[in-house]
Amino acid sequence: MRISWSRLGRASLVLVPLGFLTVFYAYPVLSILLTGLVRDGSPDLSPFRAVLTSAPLLGVVWFTLWQAVVSTLLTMIAAMPVAYVFARYRFAGKRLLSALLTVPFVMPTVVVATAFLALLGSSSPFGINLNRTIWIILAAHVFYNVAVVVRTVGGLWSHLDPRMEAAARSLGATRWQAFRTVTLPLLRPALAAAAAIVFLFTFTSFGVILILGGLTYATLEVEIYRQTVVFLNLPVAAALAIVQLAGVSVILWLYGRYQRRREVELSLMPAESVAQRPSTWRQRLVVGSVAAYIGVVAVLPLGILVARSFDTGGSGPFTFYRTLTDGSGSTAFVSPLEAIGNSLWIAGLATIIALVVGMAAAAVVAYRTGRASRSFDLLLMLPLGTSAVTIGFGMLVALDWPIDLRAHVILIPLAHALVAIPFVVRLSVPVMRAVRPQLRESAAVLGASPARIWREIDLPIAARALGVSAGFAFAISLGEFGATSFIARPDTPTLPIAIFRLLGRPGTLNFGQALALSTILMALTAAVILLVDRLRLGDVGEF
Amino acid sequence: MLQVRDLSKRYGDRNALVDVDLDVATGETVAVLGPSGSGKSTLLRVIAGLETPDRGSVSWDGTDLSSVPPHNRNFGLMFQDYALFPHRDVAGNVGFGLRMAGWSRPDINRRVGEVLELVGLAGAEQRRINQLSGGEAQRVALARTLAPAPRMVMLDEPLGSLDRSLSERLIVELGEIFARVETTVLYVTHDQEEAFTIADRVAVMREGALVQAATPEHLWASPAGVFVSDFLGFSNRFAAIAKDGRADLGWATVPVDVPDGPCQVVLRPDALVVDDAGNITVTVIGSVFRGDHYLARATTESGSQLTVSMPARPRPGDRVRIKLDPAGVLALVD
Repeated sequence: MRISWSRLGRASLVLVPLGFLTVFYAYPVLSILLTGLVRDGSPDLSPFRAVLTSAPLLGVVWFTLWQAVVSTLLTMIAAMPVAYVFARYRFAGKRLLSALLTVPFVMPTVVVATAFLALLGSSSPFGINLNRTIWIILAAHVFYNVAVVVRTVGGLWSHLDPRMEAAARSLGATRWQAFRTVTLPLLRPALAAAAAIVFLFTFTSFGVILILGGLTYATLEVEIYRQTVVFLNLPVAAALAIVQLAGVSVILWLYGRYQRRREVELSLMPAESVAQRPSTWRQRLVVGSVAAYIGVVAVLPLGILVARSFDTGGSGPFTFYRTLTDGSGSTAFVSPLEAIGNSLWIAGLATIIALVVGMAAAAVVAYRTGRASRSFDLLLMLPLGTSAVTIGFGMLVALDWPIDLRAHVILIPLAHALVAIPFVVRLSVPVMRAVRPQLRESAAVLGASPARIWREIDLPIAARALGVSAGFAFAISLGEFGATSFIARPDTPTLPIAIFRLLGRPGTLNFGQALALSTILMALTAAVILLVDRLRLGDVGEF
Repeated sequence: MLQVRDLSKRYGDRNALVDVDLDVATGETVAVLGPSGSGKSTLLRVIAGLETPDRGSVSWDGTDLSSVPPHNRNFGLMFQDYALFPHRDVAGNVGFGLRMAGWSRPDINRRVGEVLELVGLAGAEQRRINQLSGGEAQRVALARTLAPAPRMVMLDEPLGSLDRSLSERLIVELGEIFARVETTVLYVTHDQEEAFTIADRVAVMREGALVQAATPEHLWASPAGVFVSDFLGFSNRFAAIAKDGRADLGWATVPVDVPDGPCQVVLRPDALVVDDAGNITVTVIGSVFRGDHYLARATTESGSQLTVSMPARPRPGDRVRIKLDPAGVLALVD
């Protein structure tokens, strides 16, 4: 009896995530393929023909590509000086700056987009109106993604032996030649990884473009949304989703091939021994200007957002916040305040689902080896490479059978959990693997049964991973916009949906309420991330 | 008592254990001595139940333990790198086994205090694992192993990761602690001095097989072969031919008790003594200072190289007269 129970338990570790991904990921994505490629039971490529022969739709494909390329290049250029300073110098306030830099990345897209509307929109305090231009989109993309490049490239850079560059200099290379011929090639894997991630993010950009691009600019994501929600043309939306899936697959495949070819053994150094205090006036100038740059660029948009949410033009600083509660100028069916409640319980539920499914999956990946476990790992990462819009759209076309989940509010936390699961797995696996086998063997020899070992050794050590994962899942759910925009019901908007609706309405009050709600969403997200960060800092020196 | 019979275990094409037979009497301390990769750790892991042998049996007082899982064997095992639980403090580590055995809180606290005092860490209950020094971590690991009073304690290179001076002090303390708790001990090490200091009997392992199991005195007096002799650090070994109970080394003829034919003659450190009346003259090549004596490398007139203990500092080129004591001569046939 005991054996069969433990076997059942082990099987459920595999079956729960597998079942979840099959029903809520594989089946919806497959349904998109069917919607786009099959009509009345026979293959039908007319949706594709429609895409390929329509100038506006081809324009969408072209725009998606070039804005992603330009956004990626600009982000890399903006991030390199910051990565350099973070890698090579030690200075007061470095940790604070590093945290500030990361803030935009963890913020919901809707918050970032609203912040840029507040900064560079029609009512810009600086009188610069870039609304519905490509510039505001690119600015938002760079703002959003700089942290990815700084973290990825700076991470490697901070471990590169600076003496290699010094050796090049002593062999007669100029500062620039040394950088170009020694450092840059060594950084290439990190550069490629960062570029691939930023490209993927901007290629599938949705919220930023939907809010800032107006009717002028649309990426594939935005067009899928419009074809579905505005034109109700599901086959064309599906064809666009397939084009995008193919695009993402090509990027990931190219990146994978590139990384495999370029595995250079690097002798890395601990970061502390690489970073120096800036000593010459020239170094101080470099460090100082980068610090100032971060201060302005990372803080300004969100700062303006908060400031303007209180700037009501003389009717009391809390007018926008107060009117959120009293229904004046309310969004179609519910008060914006209710959206906060919705977001909180949905995020709570999504977190629980993501933890149950994600931790089970992580346990399998961490403790089993071999081909099957590796393919399982890969399967778990697939939702990460699939855009949120594709997931939302897929659920919308698929989940009407056997029970019609499309109209049910439970679909929102399920979709959010799906987006969060890859993060939960990635965060938990290393922690679970860090539990050395000797610890379990020690416990066994001291009289702990296998179940007891799990409870006494694995669980407490995994608890921290659990906490961090929970925080991330919660934050992801709070800010999720792409999938939610397809499946949210009119009477249960989440915070991002409510903000989006408010932005779509004319008038100062609506815009002010959008600013106020964005500020609240930002504060909630920041609180969760701070909490997570505390858990992580607790790790230092512990294990 | 522990009885190990016929134990064999293979990893791929490597023999980790080959037909190992070993008895450990209740209350006895046995050291398993061998170079790394000789199968010592595997032997401990099989006895603890962490590995399943391909063949053979482990039993305690005549009861076969094959079907007993590790957590029910009541053997203590101290790992080489201690494997202390990082998420528990010292008391949480030391009291773990007692908690598993279902002891009450007050009993656990009392016993933890007792065992910590035994290992010289009284009052360390609340300390965190990552704040312990190497020597302290070793004591905590020992306390954790001893706390549930297992019927046998096994230690896998317990001093392996400590520096020399610390481990020389701790080995003596370990011996005292084992004597006080009167437990059965199986002690794995690659260091012969450690093994000789702690053990009633030493079992020498080579490539998974048990080569010789004997008291330190017996092992010293008559190592079972070249491997054991080399491993004990006897550096004066010469190939010779035995004939009529004697062997000619070229610079001396020594009595041997082996049949006629090729043999290996080992001169233990006590076989060569500096003596002005000695009949062998050697020329010093170099020497190492060893505190109470100098260990000199020297060459005989016929060109053989010897290691000889000398009381005063020899200079390279010095000619020294030595005497050969037949009591320190061993003859081995492999």
